[in-house]
Amino acid sequence: MLRFILKRAGLAILVAFTVSLISFSLLFLSGDPAAAIAGEHASDQDIEAIRRIYGFDRPMLLQYWEWLSSALMGDFGESYYFKLPVAGLIAERLSITMTLGVCGISFALLTAVPLGVAAAIRPNSLLDRFALFLSVAGQAMPSFWFGLILIVVFSIQLGWLPPSGTATPLHFVMPTIVLGYYAMPAIMRLTRAGMLEVLSSDYIRTARAKGAPEGLVMFKHALRNAIIPVVSLAAVQMGFMLGGSIVVESIFALHGAGYLAWESISRNDLPTVQALILVFSMFYIVFTFLADVLNAWLDPRMRAG
Amino acid sequence: MTQTADPLLQEITGPTPGQLLRKRIFGHQGLLIGSIVLGLLVIVALFAPLIAPHDPYAQSLLARMEPPVFLGGSWEHPLGTDHLGRDYLSRLIYGARVSLLIGLVAALISGLIGTAMGVAAGYFGGRVDAVVTFLINVRLAMPVVLVALAVVAIFGGSLTVVITVLGLLLWDRFAVVMRASTLQVQGREYVAAARAIGCSNTRIVMSEIMPNIVNNLIVVITLEMAHAVLLEAALSFLGLGVQPPTPSWGLMVSEGKQMMLFEPWLVLIPGFVLFALVLSINLLGDGLRDVTAPENRN
Repeated sequence: MLRFILKRAGLAILVAFTVSLISFSLLFLSGDPAAAIAGEHASDQDIEAIRRIYGFDRPMLLQYWEWLSSALMGDFGESYYFKLPVAGLIAERLSITMTLGVCGISFALLTAVPLGVAAAIRPNSLLDRFALFLSVAGQAMPSFWFGLILIVVFSIQLGWLPPSGTATPLHFVMPTIVLGYYAMPAIMRLTRAGMLEVLSSDYIRTARAKGAPEGLVMFKHALRNAIIPVVSLAAVQMGFMLGGSIVVESIFALHGAGYLAWESISRNDLPTVQALILVFSMFYIVFTFLADVLNAWLDPRMRAG
Repeated sequence: MTQTADPLLQEITGPTPGQLLRKRIFGHQGLLIGSIVLGLLVIVALFAPLIAPHDPYAQSLLARMEPPVFLGGSWEHPLGTDHLGRDYLSRLIYGARVSLLIGLVAALISGLIGTAMGVAAGYFGGRVDAVVTFLINVRLAMPVVLVALAVVAIFGGSLTVVITVLGLLLWDRFAVVMRASTLQVQGREYVAAARAIGCSNTRIVMSEIMPNIVNNLIVVITLEMAHAVLLEAALSFLGLGVQPPTPSWGLMVSEGKQMMLFEPWLVLIPGFVLFALVLSINLLGDGLRDVTAPENRN
């Protein structure tokens, strides 16, 4: 088990390192970062001065090394636009995005898992077909459009929910639904497929044969085994969700890290963009690492892989 | 006379594989609906100049925000006009071109990259496999929307940039699926036979492996095409995708957002066609998977 964890952690660190290299090189894809900071009407001397102040005239590898080593200490430099330390900016905004992410994945799990179980109990029933239809339609729904429809219906027509902001828990209802529904189809399908497979296995037949009540068979014997792959899928989806929160946060004007990403991209604020790419990637890397470890703990066969 | 259970007779008189396939295709509702809707949208996109009633770029200050015909508008502009007086139907029709072009080309580029990586990983195994698996991990760790937005912001939102960015970002599923499919085919007798008679690697991959995994490839192409269409719309909605005045559905939703309070149809109509396009592509993909590999249905 320890060997598995060490091996998996090594992979995670290597992936994080490569992602950091890629997000750093974004700065140089943009051509001349000094010219970007100076703005459109800057003279050549101004640009030259900025280049020296920010250190863009030094070798790229050296700059990468300095960026990475200070990033490891939690220092991502200063934002070009806000003129504040990037780390502080992100830390301040991250709580909203994390709240949204946790709500989103909980919403997805609480709706998709029961639906998947119900669909698997009676395959090809009306409910199963309805669940399948929901998952196909859900995958095709553009999230920004879904969000706007919810605003029109629940904020403008019915006046039940506030359209934007973060003041009360009610403000998080619609963003949670929009962020969460996208993960639902995959979770539902996996739960359904897992339940179908488990329900046809020998130990379920044994449990039924010895006269265990149906509810106990379903939840204690079947679901506990079928849910294992769902755990790691949920971790992966949570990672994707945080990255996808940029769209949701901009629709509902939630000033979280996704909104910050959108602001800083529109304003060419590269240090903030680089740091955010790295932070969102780190979340994904950590979540998938934890899911793999959890899986290996639950299912020893996974440790070989 | 009672029915004889002679397998030979059954083989001669029973349905041929072709008949069975046709029966599966025409018996599959999702596949039929998906291909009809998608087919219609492709025709609309191809013949846009013939179908569109107006020039999608022509502005008219006198005819701004006219409602569609079912909300009391006139047949002059069946789906009304936008805030600059441009005919909404014509913009929708030309928007189909943008969505389909971006979706298809991006899926093909990422398909080429992902298939090459996945097949190489599955076929050669060992170090090649380790490197490809690592690259897939790196790619999955990068937040797609964020990276795409950043790159589009740097290079400017032209059609070519959006297509290239999406093409370079969406290869992960191709690589995963093609790697698994190659591994599955790899152990079959015909691959071993080809190797035994001394075929080159290129030949084995091209004429023994590829034909047997191309079904899965087509399914992934449809799924990733749908993914690319949705991402383009999201990027354009955020103002960092296709730039105005190009008629893109995502952009139309974003422009309509300002007037959503009083004219919700400005948002509802382009969003709905986007939904219909993505749904039809997904139905087609799911249907193709069911028809070509019924054993993978669940």
